[in-house]
Amino acid sequence: MARLTLEINSRQQIVDADPEMPLLWVLRDLLNMTGTKYGCGIGLCGACTVHIDGIATRSCQTPVATAANKQITTIEGLAANGLHPVQEAWIAEQVPQCGYCQPGQIMSVAALLAQKPRPNDADIDEAMAGNICRCATYFRIRSAIHRAAGEAHL
Amino acid sequence: MSTKPSPAPVKSGPPISRRAFLVSSAAAGGALVVGLTLRGRLHHPSSDASRDPYNAWIRIDPDGKTQLVLNKSEMGQGIFTALPMILAEEAEIDFSQITVIQADNADGTGGSSSVNESYKPLRQAGAQIRETMIAAAARRWHVPATECHAHNSQVIHTPSGRNLSYAALVTDARRLPLPDPNTVPLKDPKDFTLLGRSIPHLDIPDKVKGAARFGLDVRLPGMVFAVVAQCPYLRGDVLRYDGAKAKAVPGVLDVFDIPIDPNSANKNTREVAVVATNTWAAIQGRNALAIEWRPGQYHDESTESLTAKIRAGLDAPEYWNSTNTTLNPDTVPAAKRIESVYEFPFLAHATMEPMNITVNHQGGRCEIWSPTQSGEYTQERAVKILGLDKRDVTVHVTFMGGGFGRRWEQPSDHQALQIARRMQRPFQLVWTREDDFTHDAYRPVCMHRLRAGLDHQGNIVAWTDRIADTSIIGQHDPKQAQSYELDGALEQPYPAQHLRISYAPVESGVTRGSWRGVPISINVLAVECFIDELAHLAGEDPYLFRRRLLQNAVAHPPAPRSNFDGKLADPARAIDMLDLVTETANWGKPLGPNRGRGISFFYSKTTYLAQVAEVTVKDGNLRVDRVITVVDPGRVINRNGIRAQIEGAVLMGLSAALKERITVKNGMIQQQNFNSYDLLRMPDAPHLETYVVEGGRPPGGIGEPPLALIGPSVGNAIFAATGKRLRKLPFQLDEVSS
Repeated sequence: MARLTLEINSRQQIVDADPEMPLLWVLRDLLNMTGTKYGCGIGLCGACTVHIDGIATRSCQTPVATAANKQITTIEGLAANGLHPVQEAWIAEQVPQCGYCQPGQIMSVAALLAQKPRPNDADIDEAMAGNICRCATYFRIRSAIHRAAGEAHL
Repeated sequence: MSTKPSPAPVKSGPPISRRAFLVSSAAAGGALVVGLTLRGRLHHPSSDASRDPYNAWIRIDPDGKTQLVLNKSEMGQGIFTALPMILAEEAEIDFSQITVIQADNADGTGGSSSVNESYKPLRQAGAQIRETMIAAAARRWHVPATECHAHNSQVIHTPSGRNLSYAALVTDARRLPLPDPNTVPLKDPKDFTLLGRSIPHLDIPDKVKGAARFGLDVRLPGMVFAVVAQCPYLRGDVLRYDGAKAKAVPGVLDVFDIPIDPNSANKNTREVAVVATNTWAAIQGRNALAIEWRPGQYHDESTESLTAKIRAGLDAPEYWNSTNTTLNPDTVPAAKRIESVYEFPFLAHATMEPMNITVNHQGGRCEIWSPTQSGEYTQERAVKILGLDKRDVTVHVTFMGGGFGRRWEQPSDHQALQIARRMQRPFQLVWTREDDFTHDAYRPVCMHRLRAGLDHQGNIVAWTDRIADTSIIGQHDPKQAQSYELDGALEQPYPAQHLRISYAPVESGVTRGSWRGVPISINVLAVECFIDELAHLAGEDPYLFRRRLLQNAVAHPPAPRSNFDGKLADPARAIDMLDLVTETANWGKPLGPNRGRGISFFYSKTTYLAQVAEVTVKDGNLRVDRVITVVDPGRVINRNGIRAQIEGAVLMGLSAALKERITVKNGMIQQQNFNSYDLLRMPDAPHLETYVVEGGRPPGGIGEPPLALIGPSVGNAIFAATGKRLRKLPFQLDEVSS
């Protein structure tokens, strides 16, 4: 066990945890921040995506000790106030069905747009291939990404 | 309509119980309460005896706020928006005033039935409210009710223009008798102003904020977390394990045996529960068990042995058949004959939220939070396993991260309730992704052997569809297998002079279950690809071939089929759909090298669908470029919701057609996670064009039917592009086809 200081959504949180415990379970089980989802535990579905120092990261593959003293952003803190433009686009395009994977999808897109404000379809394919949606809302996800990027999309 | 309804919130806090709702309604300063009965799909036989007369409720408070308590589960299909739309339309209630409340112990959501089966009862209840409000206003004004009408939560005296809000009328209205729901007048659909529009789903804002509470998100004070070590062998057992090693893992609180569900296929075996302060510690504890397993009676079952059994099933004695002839279609004279075998693997549900359940069993009461398609079934299990009175068990149904049929009977329920016999504190049972893949109730493996004969005019004189599968309904006793397994094959809409569809179930140690659209997701592929093969045999365009056969059916209605009480497609409507989809897709226009189009049609009890897929096959790679789908679902409730269901079903079906296969080796399921069972991902998702054309019929089902078409559309398009007919699922270009 170790006492770790985490900076999550611009707030300091102190947790006592096994340093090897994935950040995912620290968020969900120790801090009751359940917006970040468990999907596969091996970094292949993207449901657990958070930002660490702005980079989209699979929290299920991130030992909590490696996230200490870095800036962690979760879906709960993506927008300081109200909604992030990606979340607004998600509502406008009516993307979610069951909704379980969508926090991870949104976190991946927010990181993509921060790096590439005008992604083309190939950029989207590359950035989003790691996020599975079993309801298969991919068509609307793509439309919502283009909308969030401020592009008209057919 | 001048005002756009703003979405009302879906209540996502702790829902109130049905009983508490009624008690508070009676004491609620005079709310108007109307009860109604919505049918839960696939009722368990035991669940009907003590059923309340009503299982859904509408409550209008004196401030005009309206609550609709639904005994249904929202799993992303949009019913928490579509169902209140029906109520608002018929009751003339301002949609923004309605809040949907999830009923506890909700009793069954599945089979694409929620809108279809709730449409009439919700309209009747809505009309009861509207007419009662009108009656109350007419009394207040001393005018005949016939001079009044209702609109937007108001009653208006038509001649004078006077109006009273529903809020102001609630107190009077609740003292009046409700009209009989069976005779109360319903609105003329031509006067609908809300149904048919696109209304944003009420649950979406919370879902994009990470605030929607799924089963795995339930958090209770003092709760702990459990995982269960489950035998990797089909019907195997625990040999030995080292509980002390698991208990030595920091955070692990307890390790103990639990008996396996005696009702499951696994008899006389046990599993091992590991309880810890957090999920990660519980998983680490389970890893430390050093558990050894004993293979069971199916230790040598494999995909190869099952394939051989299914193949033998194609020639085994018929268990069941449907026919229109006294002759054997295989031996009637025909100008040309063809035979093909289509082969389908087990499929996993892979819901993004793995199985889970949260239980608090203390002081003779049990409270459960479950992402389930059947809360009432969970409640019944708790009553039985914990020996409690039904009144002392409450199942709160949460949002669920995908249902697809998986969350109808959840084995995790039984495990958690066994843990709850010992644990008198709140806990959450979590299945890991590996548990979920290896202990699913899989879509059955299946083969179709189709034989057909054409006469010199290219008409079908003989059609034999022989089906063998690992039955769902018959898995405990193959003799219980029913015609359910043949849905989609029995409705084959193309006239055949001599037709016989027959079936034999095959036994397996693998647990099977409903998987979105099963069995149509299997059977329609076989029928629609084989029809394409017949078009090729006849030397005709696949669209025009289908069209000509359906024209024949318009002229000469097909002879009745034995053992079939379903309905065949209206061939004229089927032709409309095919004409529409081919026109939209520019069917006749050449696509260029390496590309091809495929077409398919399906009528599913209530819903007509036709589709064209375009593919490119180049350098051994297949890409689905564009899919055009035309759907007539009957009366459209929420246009946006219907489109979402079609788009999702098309792509989920494409995932099954191109990617998914569960295999068995040495009595074990081989796929454990997304590294060995991949799903369709963003780069593989084609461009979708979806058209909803409203027919004149009541609303049909939409969650499952569109999934049936994409497999055959793509299979037929691959043939058009390459001349190669793929008959084994998932489609692989290098597969050798007979």
